[in-house]
Amino acid sequence: MTYSDKVLDHYNNPRNVGSLDKDDPNVGTGIVGAPECGDVMKLQIRVDDQGRIVDAKFKTYGCGSAIASSSLATEWLKGSKIDDAMQIRNTQIVEELALPPVKIHCSVLAEDAIKAAIADYKRKHEPAESSTQAQGAS
Amino acid sequence: MTAHADDPIPFPIYMDNSATTRCDPRVVDRMLPFFTTEYGNAASRNHAFGWHAEAAVEAAREEVARLIGATAKEILWTSGSTESNNLAIKGVAEMYRAKGTHLITCVTEHKAVLDTMKHLEQQGFSVSYLPVDPLGHVQLDQLRAAIREDTILISLMAANNEIGTLHPIAEIGRIAKERGVLFHTDATQAPGRIALDVETMGVDLMSLSAHKMYGPKGVGCLYVRRKNPRVRLTAQMDGGGHERGMRSGTLNVPGIVGMGEAARLARESFATEVQRLAALRDRLENGLKARLKDVHVNGDPQRRLPHLCNVSFPYVEGESLIMGIKEIAVSSGSACTSASLEPSYVLKSLGVGDELAHSSIRFSLGRFTSEAEVDYAVDRVCREVERLRAMSPLYEMVQEGIDLSKVKWTVH
Repeated sequence: MTYSDKVLDHYNNPRNVGSLDKDDPNVGTGIVGAPECGDVMKLQIRVDDQGRIVDAKFKTYGCGSAIASSSLATEWLKGSKIDDAMQIRNTQIVEELALPPVKIHCSVLAEDAIKAAIADYKRKHEPAESSTQAQGAS
Repeated sequence: MTAHADDPIPFPIYMDNSATTRCDPRVVDRMLPFFTTEYGNAASRNHAFGWHAEAAVEAAREEVARLIGATAKEILWTSGSTESNNLAIKGVAEMYRAKGTHLITCVTEHKAVLDTMKHLEQQGFSVSYLPVDPLGHVQLDQLRAAIREDTILISLMAANNEIGTLHPIAEIGRIAKERGVLFHTDATQAPGRIALDVETMGVDLMSLSAHKMYGPKGVGCLYVRRKNPRVRLTAQMDGGGHERGMRSGTLNVPGIVGMGEAARLARESFATEVQRLAALRDRLENGLKARLKDVHVNGDPQRRLPHLCNVSFPYVEGESLIMGIKEIAVSSGSACTSASLEPSYVLKSLGVGDELAHSSIRFSLGRFTSEAEVDYAVDRVCREVERLRAMSPLYEMVQEGIDLSKVKWTVH
């Protein structure tokens, strides 16, 4: 498998690795994937009162493309409004990282992780709507 | 010829000797004249070019026969183990079809055996695929129970290419003989690593490949027993009737000469090389275990190939680890299936769980591996595993006391 320079860069120098306090009301956590499938992504966002993502962190178990996809996602999330973050599509990640067809699922997982993190944040803030969308691993 | 600890380390470091080996320079030296000066066709009976080529081919046949305790007439040249496995299995199946149509193999065989068996199933044969235990062993009572009146062939590998587990070939050979069933073994991984003797092992057909034993690619052989019993095969390649009609095609003389020399070297250096390989392998394995928590060795820690170490690093995905240690050439699962995203079918069949299968790396050392390379690899792998674990949500959860098997994952 040959990797694009951008995948290699994110793999070698991943941005925003780490964890936020998942019990913090301003933090949304999304965990997607499964160990038996070979990839699990945890993506977390911290959102301010204006609905802006002020911090994003990730931890990923998976191939280099999965690590790069989640690292890129945190870069894009930081500073954006959550409504804009909802618009991020996996195809943009594919394009940015030049992912080959066999690695497209990594970008899909990153998009799912973004949506899951936002859903978790929204669930914390709209208790009336507490639905089953959140995909925390508890 | 082997590397020494004080040699500078040549990068990248090669630790994928179960995929292929470097051609030994002594082998290359023996081969070279057969490209440029001794270039005759071994089947040419009318001139010295042909006679010289034939003499070289027969000398190589003697060497390969000696390596496995056979006679020269029992060695058929092929293009490698894939062809040898095809010829042995399809050749026996077609030849003995009137006697029976049932064959036995096991789930951890190489694809060259498994896919050949699948092909025969489409032709109306039936095949029993024996399961393996968590160490990769077939159960001999299950083998006995699988043998039927119409069983014509048992095909079980001498040593597994992914995990290195050794099958008890001599015992299997005895069982086959008792029941009057032919026994083929794919011994591709074995030469120079474990002792081979077709008599004491009771083997009727054996596949070998030159490039796994420091010889060239594109040449191999099939041992076909001529006495007690005399095994007959239906040719899979028709043509000029080379190799007593069992495998037509102009002989690859330089390749065959190389395989002969490789066999001689494997035989002569066997005792010292096996010890050296096992010591290096243990150094690698103990080094990894000393520095990292949760290192899982796949396969049988005792009855296995001396040069191979298949190890899982839980919470780290194998492909990302390989990417991080790019100056060390290793395999994730089998090199033959690395292009797919599915974890290794061999590891899955051990029941180690898909997660450990996804986290596995195969290190296979060789004649040219040095202690310095092993020490470098240990340090490099440990540092990368630590880096990736720090990035792994699974590792974090385990540190927090979460039982990963109880988590409800979003399987995609």
